[in-house]
Amino acid sequence: MSIARTQGGGRWLGVYVVAYLVFLYLPVLLIPLFSFNNSIQAAFPLQGFTLQWYATLFGNSALTGALLNSLVIGAIAATGATLCGITVSYMDLYGRSPLAATISAIARLPILIPGVIVGISLLILINLIGLGPSRIAIVLGHILVALPTTVVIMRSRFAAIPKTIREAALDLGASDWTTFRRVMLPLSLPAIVSAFMLAFLISFDEFIVVFFLAGTEPTLPLYIWSQLRFPKSLPTVMALGTSILAVSFVIAAAAEILRHRGLSATAPRPADPSQPKQTKRGELQWHST
Amino acid sequence: MSTLVATSAPEARSSQGFRVAMLLPGALVTFLLILFALGLVLFLAFRGNDGSLLGAGFTVANFVTVASDPLYWTVTLRSLIIAGLVTLATVVTAYPVAYYLAFHAGRRRGLLLFLVTLPFWTSYLLRVFAWKIVLAYNGVLNSALIESGIWSEPTLAFLNTPAAVVVTLAHAYAPFAILPIYVALDTIPKSLIEAASDLGARPFTSFRRVVLPNSMPGVLAAALVVFVPTVGDYVTPALVGGPASTMIGTLIQAQFGKANDWPFGAALSVAVMLVILCVVLVARFADRRFGSRT
Repeated sequence: MSIARTQGGGRWLGVYVVAYLVFLYLPVLLIPLFSFNNSIQAAFPLQGFTLQWYATLFGNSALTGALLNSLVIGAIAATGATLCGITVSYMDLYGRSPLAATISAIARLPILIPGVIVGISLLILINLIGLGPSRIAIVLGHILVALPTTVVIMRSRFAAIPKTIREAALDLGASDWTTFRRVMLPLSLPAIVSAFMLAFLISFDEFIVVFFLAGTEPTLPLYIWSQLRFPKSLPTVMALGTSILAVSFVIAAAAEILRHRGLSATAPRPADPSQPKQTKRGELQWHST
Repeated sequence: MSTLVATSAPEARSSQGFRVAMLLPGALVTFLLILFALGLVLFLAFRGNDGSLLGAGFTVANFVTVASDPLYWTVTLRSLIIAGLVTLATVVTAYPVAYYLAFHAGRRRGLLLFLVTLPFWTSYLLRVFAWKIVLAYNGVLNSALIESGIWSEPTLAFLNTPAAVVVTLAHAYAPFAILPIYVALDTIPKSLIEAASDLGARPFTSFRRVVLPNSMPGVLAAALVVFVPTVGDYVTPALVGGPASTMIGTLIQAQFGKANDWPFGAALSVAVMLVILCVVLVARFADRRFGSRT
C-alpha cells in the first residue's frame, strides 16, 4: 500500500534502489567475469574467453580434500544447529519456563559477539577439554555461528502456526511429544529444511571462526585464504570462487523460496499480536523478547 | 494467552521427560559453548602468560598494559572510528532502500527483498576478495580508469588504506542493515501516517515526525548488527587495509597466533566486549527513549 502524495518521490527512490543493487552485486560479479578472462591479472581490457582456470580446479588433491571437509562439516554442523534451533525456539514459545527463555536468549547472543572472540573462546575451550584444533572443533564452532539464524527462523515459523492447532491436539489427548512430532514438526517442515540449508551455507562460507579451530585439514575458505598469498593462483581462486558463489546462490534461493512458501501455507496471521510477524535473521532478540 | 486444560497426573511424567529432552541440546550448546567459553576468556584475561594453556597466577597486568600502552588506544580508537563510519554508511544508505520496500515496492516487494537478502548468504571472504581485485595496483579500478583515459598512470592510493577498509566493510555488511529497518518501517500502522496527513502534515513533516521516530528501533538494531562484527574484524584489514589500518581484531588474532600470548589476547577480547556492551547499553537506552513498539 503506497501513499499517494509521495508517489513522485517513489520514482526517485526506485532509481536509488536500482543503483544500490548494482553496488551490492557489481563487485561480487567481477569474480565470475575475470574467472573466464584469459589473463593472470584481474584488469581491463579483457583478454579473451578461457576455461583453463576451471580446468586447474580438477585433479587438485588439496582442493578436493578441502571441499570434502567443508561438505561433511557443513552437513553435520547444519544438522546440529537445526536440531538446536528447533528445540530451543519450541521450548521458548511453548515451554513456559524461564530456563527455556534464557536458553533462547543466549542462543541468539553470538550476533552480539565479534567472530574473532567466538573463535578464540572456542579455541581455549577445545584445548581445555583435550580436543584441540580438529574437524569436531570446527563443527562445534559452526553450530554456534549458525545457531542465531536457525533459532530465529524456527521461532518465527512456530509463532506463525495458529495456537489453536496445538491446543486442539493437546485437548484431544495427544501427549506433548506426539503433538510436537505429529503436528508441529510436519507443519514447520519447509522452515526446517530452509534453516538446515542456510545453516549449511553459513558453515560452508564461514572463515573468521574456522581460522582458529582448524587443525591440519582446512575447509574451502581456509584453502582460498592460503592461496591468496600467491598472485599466480589468483585466477584459480576466481574460478573456485565463482563455483562457490553459484552453489551459494542456488541454495540460498531455494531456502528463501521454501521459507516463504511455508509461511504462506498456513494462511492466518499469528494469533498473538505481540509476536513479531515475520522475523528474519536481521531482526534480533532486540524486538522479540 | 489462553488457559490450557490442566494435564492429569500420569501424563505429567512423560511431559517431564519431553521437557528435559527438548531443553538438553540448547542447554548444552548455550551453557558450555557460549557461557562457559566466554567465562574462560574472562578467567584467562586475569592470568599471567607462562606458555601453558590457562596461564599462571592472578594478575591485572594484562589490563594495565591495554590501558597504558598508547598503541592499544590508537588501534582501539581506529577500530571504533572505522566501525562507526561503516555503521553510519550502511545504515544511511540502507534506509531509503528499506523505505522503498515498505511503502513503494508493491508487487515487486518479494523480489526486491529476495535480491537484497541474497548477498547475505554468499561468502564473506569472497566479498572482501572481490574488493582486493577491484582496488589493486594492477587491478580493475586502475585499469578501467586508464582504459577510459581518465588517468594515465595506475595509482597505489586505493589499496592498503583505512578508506579501503571502510568501503569494503560497508559493502560486505550492507545486506545486514536493510532487514531490521524494513521490518520496523513495515510494522508502523498505516493509520498513523494517514492521521498525520489528514491533520495537514506535509509528506516531509510526516516522515520526520512520524515515520522516522517510529522506525528508530529498527535503525538501532541495524546499527548494532553492523557495528559488532565490523569492530572486531581482522580479515578485511589483512586483505585490503595494509599496516596503517590494523584493527583490534588483528591484534587479538596475533596474540593467539604469532605473538602467542593468550592471556593478553583474552584481556584485549574482554576490553572489546566491554566497548560493545557500552554501545549496546546506549542503543537500548535510545530504544527506550524512542518508545519501542514491540
